[in-house]
Amino acid sequence: MRKEFATIMESELSLNPASTLLLGDIGVFGHRESFKKFPNRVFNIGILEQSMVSLAAGMAMGGLKPTIHTIAPFLIERAFEQIKIDFGYQSLGGNIVTVGASLDYAALGATHHCPGDVGMMLNIPGAEIFVPGTAAEFSDQFSQSSRNEKISYFRLSEKSNKKSNITSFQNGTVVKKGKKLTVIAIGPMLDIVLAATENLDVTILYYNCVSPFDSELLRKNMESGNLLIVEPFYENTMAPLIQKHLSDRRVMTCSKGIPRKFVTKYGKTDEHYEEFGLTSHGIRNEIQRMMSA
Amino acid sequence: MTTLNKLRSNILKAASMSGEGHVPSALSILDILYVIYDEFVPNGAFHSTDNLDNRFILSKGHASLALYAVLNHHGKISDEELFSFAMYESNLGGHPDRNKIAGVESSTGSLGHGLPQGIGLAMALRIKESLGHIYVLIGDGEANEGTIWESALLAPHHKLGNLTCIVDNNLSSERALSMGKFSEKFAAFGWKTIEIDGHDHIAIRDALKMRESGRPIAIIANTVKGYGVLSMESNPEWHHRSPNPDELQFLLGDMR
Repeated sequence: MRKEFATIMESELSLNPASTLLLGDIGVFGHRESFKKFPNRVFNIGILEQSMVSLAAGMAMGGLKPTIHTIAPFLIERAFEQIKIDFGYQSLGGNIVTVGASLDYAALGATHHCPGDVGMMLNIPGAEIFVPGTAAEFSDQFSQSSRNEKISYFRLSEKSNKKSNITSFQNGTVVKKGKKLTVIAIGPMLDIVLAATENLDVTILYYNCVSPFDSELLRKNMESGNLLIVEPFYENTMAPLIQKHLSDRRVMTCSKGIPRKFVTKYGKTDEHYEEFGLTSHGIRNEIQRMMSA
Repeated sequence: MTTLNKLRSNILKAASMSGEGHVPSALSILDILYVIYDEFVPNGAFHSTDNLDNRFILSKGHASLALYAVLNHHGKISDEELFSFAMYESNLGGHPDRNKIAGVESSTGSLGHGLPQGIGLAMALRIKESLGHIYVLIGDGEANEGTIWESALLAPHHKLGNLTCIVDNNLSSERALSMGKFSEKFAAFGWKTIEIDGHDHIAIRDALKMRESGRPIAIIANTVKGYGVLSMESNPEWHHRSPNPDELQFLLGDMR
């Protein structure tokens, strides 16, 4: 996804003279062509994320369309107030593109983990939140949303699905139709969900945009009354939002995601997913438990 | 009554009617804002897309009463609106909102946001080849925030000769954190600096006119909290307190 970001960003800078790129000393080599071609609109701002966000908002006040990029925790968590007020409250448009989703940087320890980002961004009214499952999905989302007057968050991950689901922008997709349970797979969790549900009589809904949330699709595909949300960030991040849309029904909702604790082991992301049951086997067990409940 | 005393009395009345407002902070910057809007942002940039416009950001948003009083003086805000300050349906909040008031460039209030926004705006004007100039006013207490010093690094690095930062040095910070000599600090970061009496209109005007190619300007404006209302001057009791009707009558007769 990072390579795709460099490509689509270079294209956007070329097509839109109001587009600017601000890096927090991350991705400088990857965006080297943009630095060469657009030296007056591409900046390595430095390791000062809070000021970088406010500076970007100032550019938006001046009629530009800034894209800000660095590692997720240092942008979303450290500079959250600047995102909330300078873009959200002021109704200014800009783009935030992060790397290091959830436990992507497992070996670097908890300072570099960020499973709380989407939960935080959901607290900014009007923010768009994209969780692409593939590089092509990100490219499509960025192309369609990066010039609007909203703050748009694009959460890039090291994890990726094999196939892209590019249907209609911001809408969810029915991947499979069944009767006994509905599974929501978010972004890069789709392949694990597909493997987990082989030969099971379940509906699978795929979402790579969680805000705005396509509630209509969910309401049309909730015949069973059982819902499992498989989310690549903290477990139960999406549940309050989803339950609001299903408040007129009796629904059993469960979540599989990153547990809400500091992860103190290192190693590979998949080792943590194994421990947390975020595997096809672990999710299948959860589905069968729900179906037998 | 002088024009400035008229503005001061409006600030006191608006604060008294609403029971809200940071009056001494507003009074410490009133002279500076008066000169800025009189000459440097004469029509108000007001979210203008006109590339030639200068723009002003009040970063210490809690002093909003001074901004509202000056905008009222220039006819941008009606008397009725000014005296609705901080009331339920009012457009004029305790901190300014750019989406409600023509003449407010930034919705400040959380300290440390205005200066980096001003840097972004200055960079935007340069990208658009504008001749406009950006003025940002911060407080000395606000300068406790790390983003001020991040910005102090950024502006000279990007050679922003179209940016002026005014420090309202009313010594608010001294009770918490001594800031030392602002002029030395900004100069060390690469800014051109000047120190003035922040209530001397000629000195304010001359400082706001200063330009240096490729280098931002920091004006250290030494001011007095509550300036112009004698019993409020440097009196911490009034930091976030509005006068009751009896106090208002006394204060209206207690001006320089």
